[in-house]
Order: sequence, then structure tokens, then C-alpha cells
Amino acid sequence: MILDFSSPIDYLWALLPEVVLAATGLLVLLIDVFQRGDRSGPSRAWVRWTAVAGVLIALLANGYLLEFDVPVRSGMIAMDSFRVAMNFVILGATVLALLLAFDYLRREGLDIGEFYFLVLMAAIGMMLLSGSRDLIVVFVSLELMSLAVYVLTGFNRKDPRSAEGALKYFLMGAFASAFLLYGIALLFGATGSTNLALVTSEVARGASEGNFLLYAGVALVVVGFAFKVSAVPFHMWTPDAYEGAPTPVTGYMAAGVKAAGFAALLRIVTIELAPAASVWGVILWWLAVLTMIVPNVIALAQDNVKRMLAYSSIAHAGYLLVGVVAGSAVGRSATLLYLAVYAVMTLGAFAVVGIVAGKGDSRSGLADYRGLGWSRPLLGALLVVFLLSLAGFPPTGGFIGKLYLLMAAVDAGHVSLAVILVLTSFVSYYYYLRVIWKMYFEEAPDEAPLSAVPGASFRLAAVAAALVILVAGLFPGLAIQTAEHVGEDLSPRQAAPLSQPVAPTGVIETSTN
Amino acid sequence: MSNFFESHWVLTLLLLLPMAGAAACFMVREQQARHVALFTSLVAFAISLPLFWTFRSGTAALQNYTSVPWIGAWGIGYTVGIDGISILMVLLTTFVTPLAVLGSFSYIQRNQRAFYAMLLLLLAAMIGVFVALDLFLFFLFWEIMLIPMYFIIGVWGGKRRVYAAVKFFLFTAIGSLLMLVAIVVIVYLYYRQYGVITFAYNDLVELPIARDLQFILFPAFALAFAIKVPLFPVHTWLPDAHVEAPTAGSVILAGVLLKMGTYGFLRFALPMFSHAATSPAVIGTIMVLSLIGIIYGAWVAAVQPDAKKLVAYTSIAHLGFVMMGLFSLTTLGIQGGILQMVNHGISTGALFLLVGMVYERRHTRMIEDFGGIAKVMPVFAASFLLVALSSIGLPGTNGFIGEFLILIGTFQRYPVVAFIAATGVIFAAAYMLPMVQRMLYGELDSDENRALSDIGARERLVLAPALLLIVLIGVYPQPFLTRTAASVEALIDQVERRAVSAPAVMGASDIRFDHMPILGFDEQNERIDR
Repeated sequence: MILDFSSPIDYLWALLPEVVLAATGLLVLLIDVFQRGDRSGPSRAWVRWTAVAGVLIALLANGYLLEFDVPVRSGMIAMDSFRVAMNFVILGATVLALLLAFDYLRREGLDIGEFYFLVLMAAIGMMLLSGSRDLIVVFVSLELMSLAVYVLTGFNRKDPRSAEGALKYFLMGAFASAFLLYGIALLFGATGSTNLALVTSEVARGASEGNFLLYAGVALVVVGFAFKVSAVPFHMWTPDAYEGAPTPVTGYMAAGVKAAGFAALLRIVTIELAPAASVWGVILWWLAVLTMIVPNVIALAQDNVKRMLAYSSIAHAGYLLVGVVAGSAVGRSATLLYLAVYAVMTLGAFAVVGIVAGKGDSRSGLADYRGLGWSRPLLGALLVVFLLSLAGFPPTGGFIGKLYLLMAAVDAGHVSLAVILVLTSFVSYYYYLRVIWKMYFEEAPDEAPLSAVPGASFRLAAVAAALVILVAGLFPGLAIQTAEHVGEDLSPRQAAPLSQPVAPTGVIETSTN
Repeated sequence: MSNFFESHWVLTLLLLLPMAGAAACFMVREQQARHVALFTSLVAFAISLPLFWTFRSGTAALQNYTSVPWIGAWGIGYTVGIDGISILMVLLTTFVTPLAVLGSFSYIQRNQRAFYAMLLLLLAAMIGVFVALDLFLFFLFWEIMLIPMYFIIGVWGGKRRVYAAVKFFLFTAIGSLLMLVAIVVIVYLYYRQYGVITFAYNDLVELPIARDLQFILFPAFALAFAIKVPLFPVHTWLPDAHVEAPTAGSVILAGVLLKMGTYGFLRFALPMFSHAATSPAVIGTIMVLSLIGIIYGAWVAAVQPDAKKLVAYTSIAHLGFVMMGLFSLTTLGIQGGILQMVNHGISTGALFLLVGMVYERRHTRMIEDFGGIAKVMPVFAASFLLVALSSIGLPGTNGFIGEFLILIGTFQRYPVVAFIAATGVIFAAAYMLPMVQRMLYGELDSDENRALSDIGARERLVLAPALLLIVLIGVYPQPFLTRTAASVEALIDQVERRAVSAPAVMGASDIRFDHMPILGFDEQNERIDR
């Protein structure tokens, strides 16, 4: 089927997964409205499974996007394999987050329709953000995602920490949106267009002329996204928001918001704004270095596991930035693969933390994990897998992802980034190991042990997530090939392949760079 | 059947069987896990033993070799094989593990299923390290091995087990992470040169690497291996880990894990970065560090009040000898080094088992708490004496052969080094014999010691194979030396050839080492645009 972006109907086809999600969201709200009186009965199941089914249908619809053929590549929404791949990551994270959240929501009395509606809206925002090819769509989708997530952060309104986190997140987020919007305005001023395809060609011209407006615009856009992916020094909101938010929301924020932010960084900054690399290349290099070092050091001092994982997720933004800085096809592939693995492992880790925290979401100190590995073997083993993967330890997907990022860094000549990446990973080993030793090396305290038994959907989803991580660590061939294909597909159209091999003659040629 | 032992299946089975055994440990009752582990490790030993005879010793070629594509996009394969350098290591691993399992029967009382599963996983990972001929596969096993050991020390260890486990883990990890970057750099050097991404050892080992680059890459590998050996300044994890680990953990640590470091030098660091590895600066540094290890290890061992800690420090001295032999780059030195790796695995493993046996009876390892126990434990005392003499290197025991070859080999090139190292043999007597004398002989003056019972049938069964090998290698080492000869000579040829042929500069295929970018740094910008 050939899509023509001059017709609005064809846009609906191009937005098929988003449309499915939006319809599901409205349906969920309707079902909820008609069954309001019944807060714990079987009606909950209807709301829940409608949301899950909607996401699953959206996943199918997303696969269908590949069938469309777009001759003109100047629409407001991209129709490339990168968007499809990112949609898979985001939708996969969403369905995983929903399945892992059921137990928590029931326990905390938060199991109401709005939760599912907001998650679905956030997912739409994330998907649009990673696929948008127009600066206005970028802003609107970013706001859609952000507003939904602000509310989700403060969803547990009886908990002051949740409210505090939401307020902080909202204020800082609004600040970041202002940066982004101002940057967009400057870019529009410099290039006369908001369509990224048109902006790109103008940027190429403007960059050669040393256009200040353009440089300032690019810098502000990068800063705006840096807030969203919580890169140091724009990370201040993250620990509080992550700690205060209901734990499943934290996991979803860490996985989904970050994935969408990085997708936008990859597409908008490294592709569409590629000619202005002299600006963003340097900014991102420093952001990457700071974002790897600072949170890993701070995390060492955390004795609240949830807060520690929040810092760990900031650190992961640093690792991911290495792939962005590499700026090559390999870098994009590596970032994509790492995002996918990261979404699964961070969702899994936060989900286990949410279960262990118990009623009132209060038991997330390190001391609460003593002896957990022996008293709750399944939860313990799952957390070990997720933590080892976050640490980048073989044989997990986290290791493959980190190796890919290292390869991208070395390929692009950023050996220093590669070294910083492994040294900061080394620092992170300590705080991941600390959780493991609390769980297995120390005796359980005498007080009442964790009583809640996770439900079937949690066990199913968490075990599946752990298996995905192990399979990605042992048999990553298919995942790497897909990421490679997508990374190359995303490369600038006119430019030559980024890392061409020298002819396989073994002859040493003279240096050109 | 001989077909099976010449195919890669024997190695593949050695990798899969322990993993299956580990899974099986969780499926049986708590008290049965040890039998599963013993059975699995004995079967693994039985499978590996015929390799000793089917191994063709006249050739340096890789045997039982296979290479199956695994992660095609990165040219990673399941590539395994053995040669004269690794065959003894594989056999040592399968030999020591059943002893460690059998030696834990009464010591490990809690969480037995998990314990034996971890031991078996460790077995698979150790074999994997020695047979892997793909740098990715090697790194995978090299790292995975840390996890079971972390648990073995941390869960079943002594009082300071958490500290020891974390220290062990972090020390090893810092080296491996830098090695990982070096591996990636090499892979990309190869890619720039030949246009193919591959992690295969056989390809990468023949890659010409610029001389100045070798001095950056070699240290990255050498640090990882030196920590594992452990060489002098990075040895501090070893006494903690050995002392806190349960007996089986110490036996495996001393018996096999330390050899991964020396094996890594032989297999990777020496042939890949021959120019750097044979430069006077590197050889000089390693010789000096080895000598410090030999003498410092011996002196520190001599003043330890704790028998287990004493044995731990002797490892530093013994591995110093091994490193000296390897870096003498003479046939005798390297052959002696490999044999000494085996010897140390057997002798020190047996010493830890012996110390573990008295600890189980008296719950103390302090040398001063014992005295005259030879009167009540004659079999134990005789075994202890023989193992101690082997550790000292008395002629007629295996230790003598290894150290003698190393000293001759080193003397051919570096007579002064060999001369100083030879004093280490005297120091070895100075720490080992007083311990033997104070623990086994003298007055039997405490009631607790009088009540000690001699070692039983299971414990004799644990010790017998080790004692047998100590004497066997001591009087007839030839079969072991024959199997290493061809590979060692080929290795020396390879190192010498590559040391000379290393190009001075790499040209276009070089990996650029970036600096910190600053706004307006033109060269940097140009490259990002590329």
C-alpha cells in the first residue's frame, strides 16, 4: 500500500499503532466509568486486560507499518524501520510494565482506569516522539508524554513522596520544555521551516556559514532532550521523581521516557541536524562523560535500593549517550539495541523492588533485602539476573549491549569514552553487588518476612523478561542483525556509509583523517 | 570411541555436562545434591582423562578443534580446541574439582543444592576459559566464573566473607574490563585492516599491531592476567579470598583459578603483543615483580599464625616462579612453568584440603593451637608431610621438577634472576618446615588435640589421588613434558617472529585515540561529520 501524505486519511494509516492505543485508552476510561462502584471485583480484570490487549493489537499494527510504502519522505511522521523498531521497544515496555504493575496497583489501592489511560497516552507520546519528523510534532508528542508521566508520578496522591516527586518533575520538566521550545523557535528562525527534512538542508547551508541562531537552536534542543533523558547536569529531578513515583511508574519512566528521548536524540540530532555536529558533538561528549561518572559515584552512597536504581538509570543514560556521540551507523544500532535491553532489565528490576517494598511501598532500604534470596528464591534469582544485566555482566543482554556501545565508541575513534564507560561500569559493580550480597550473604532479620506473593501475571512477565535478557546475552545474533539493519536504514540518505572497511587487501594505506 | 576423543565433542560435553549437573542439583533433595555433584565431576574427569593419551604430542596444532558460527554479525564463533598448553590445564581442572566436591561433604551444611550447583558452574566456566579460542567466548567464561566464586566465598565463607568476596570480584573485574576494551580495539584494528569483524583467536593472533600501540594494549591484557596470577602489587585479594573461602573454594581458587592468569599470558598476551611482551622494560618489570612475589610471599608466609593464610601466601611465591619461567621465554622455562602450574594446583589444593580437615575437627586454624598431632593422626601427618615437601620442592616430588626446570630455563637467559629466585626455595623450607614441626610434632599437650581422630576413609580417598600424582610427577615427569613440548616451541617461535615483524606504525588502519573535544576543535568536528 502506498501512502500519500497529502491526504489526512493516509496519516491515520501511518499512525495505525498510535490510533489503536488512543482508541484503547478511551475504551478503558469508558469501561471504568461504567464499573466505578466496584473497586475490587472482576471489573478490574476488564480494565486491565483491555489495556493489555490494546497494546498487543498496537504491536501487531506496528508490524503492519512495514507494509506501507512511502515514496516521498517528507511527511511529519517517519515511516522507516527505526520508528517501527522503537515502537516495538516502547510497546513491549508498556505491556511488560502493565503486567508487572497489577500486583502493586491492587496492593496500593491504585487500580483505577485512569492509570491505564495515562500509561497508554504516555506510550502514544513516546511513539510519536521517536517517529516525528517535524519540530511541532516533536514538541506536542513530548508534552503528551510528559504530562501523562507527571500525573503518573504523583498518582499515589496519599503519599507525600509521590506528590513531591511529581511537583519536582513537573517544574523541571516544564523548564526543559521551555528550553526545547525556544530551541525549536530559533531553529525555525534560522531555517524558516519546522519540517525536519527541510530543516536539514538549511542546516547544512547555515552550518557552513557559521549561523549563530542555528547553533543556539541546536544547543537548546540538545539541552531540552538532555533533561528528558536525565543527563548530568540536567538530572536533578530524576532521583526524587523516581523515588517518589509508584514503583511500576518509575520502571516505566526509566524504560519508556528514556527510550523515546534517545530515539528523538538519534533521529533529530544525529541525523537531521548532522551538519551541525560541531555543536552537538561536543556538548554530547561532555554530557556523556559527566553522566557516566557522576551518578555512578553518587549511587555508591545510596542505601535505598529504589533511589540507587534511579541513579543507575541516570548512569545508563550516560552509556547510551556514548552510542549517540559515536554518531555512526554502528552507534545508532548500538544505542537501539541497548535501549531495548535496558528497557527490559530496568522494568524487571523496578518491578521486583516494587514487590519487595510491601504494603505502603516503604521497604526499599538495603537492609530490607537481607536474606531475601533464600526466603524468596524466585524474586532473588530474578533480581540477580536484572542487576547483573544492568551491571553489564555476561551472559546477559546488558553485556552484549555494552559491548556494542564499546565497539561503536572504538569504531568512531572515541577510545577514551570506551575506557570511561568500562571504568564507570566497574564502579557500578559495587552497588549492584551490594544488593546481591544483602540478599544472599546476610541472614534474614527476625521481624515479619515479606508476605505478599506476586500474582501469576507478575511471575509470567518477570520470568519472561529475565529469559529475554539471558537469551539476548547468549544468542544475540538476530537482535544484532536487526539493530544493524535499522541503524543503517536511519543513516543520512545522501551520505556514504559511515564506517567503510578498507579494501580487504591488507595493504596499509596512508591516513586520510 | 577414539573418534569421540579426537573430536570437539569431548570438550563440548565437558562444558555442557557440569551445567546440566548444576541444574540437576536443584532438582534433587538437599542431601542428594553432593552425590549429584560428585557423580558429575567424576564423569567429567572420566571423559577428560583419555585426552591425555589421545592427545598427539608431536604437533603444536590445535586438537579437538571446532569452530561453529555463533553470533554471525560480529564474527563470533563457538571455537574450542586444546593444544599442549591447555591440555594439562583442562585435566588439572577436572582432576581437582571432584576432590573439592568430596572434600566438602561434611563441611557444607547449609544450602547444599546451591553450593554444589555453583561448584559445577565453576567447573564449566573454568574448562571454558582453557578451551575457548574465540576472544568473546574466552571473555564470557572468564567473567562468568566470577559469579559462582563470588557466591561460594560470600555465602559459605568465614567471618569476613563478604569483604573477601567483593574484593575478589572487584579486583578481577577491573582487569577484565580494561581487557575488554583492548579486545574491542584489536577487533577493530583487524576490521580496518581486513574488512572483517571477527573475534576468532586464530585470526586476531596473527594481526600485526603497531609497536607503540602494543605498549598500550599489552598492559590492558597483562593487568587482567596479573591480578589473577596474582603478581606482587595486585595480589592483596588472594590472602583474603583464600582464607575466607570454604575449603572447596580455596582448593579451586589455588588449584585452578590462579592458573587462568598464567595461562592467559601464555595464550594471549605473549603471542598477540610479542613486541611489547619481549621488550626489556616489560620482561624486566615482570621478572622483578616475580622475584618480589617469590621472596615477599615466602617471608610473609613465614610469620603467619594461621595455617590457611600461610598456605595462601605460598601461592604468591609459587606463582612468582611460574611467571618467571614463562617470561624467560626458553623452552625449559615455559615447560617448567606449565608443569609447575599443575604441581601447584595439586600440592596447594591438597594443603588446603588438609588444613580444612583439621579445621573441621578443631574449628581453629591457628598453628599454635596444634602440636604433636602426628601421634593421634598418623595418616594425616604423613600426608601433610609429603604435601609440604612437595610444596618446598624436595627432589622426588613434583615441586622439584617444576622449580628446577624454571630455574634452568631462567638461568639460560637471566642468570642473576635465577640466582636470586633460587633463594626462594630455601625460604620455602623456612616457612613450611616450622609449620609442619609445630603442628605435627612436639608435645601433644592439649586435651582437645589428644581427642582428635585420624582422617577417615572419605578423607583418605580425597587425598590419595593428589599424593599419588605428587610422587608420580616427581619421579616420572616425562609424559607431562612431552605433551607440552611441541606447543611451547611453536609458541616461542611465534613470539620471536612476531616481536621482530611488528610494524612501527599502522597507517590508515590505526584506531585514533581521541582527546577531550572543545568547541571549535576542527579536527574533531571533521571526524564527526564523516
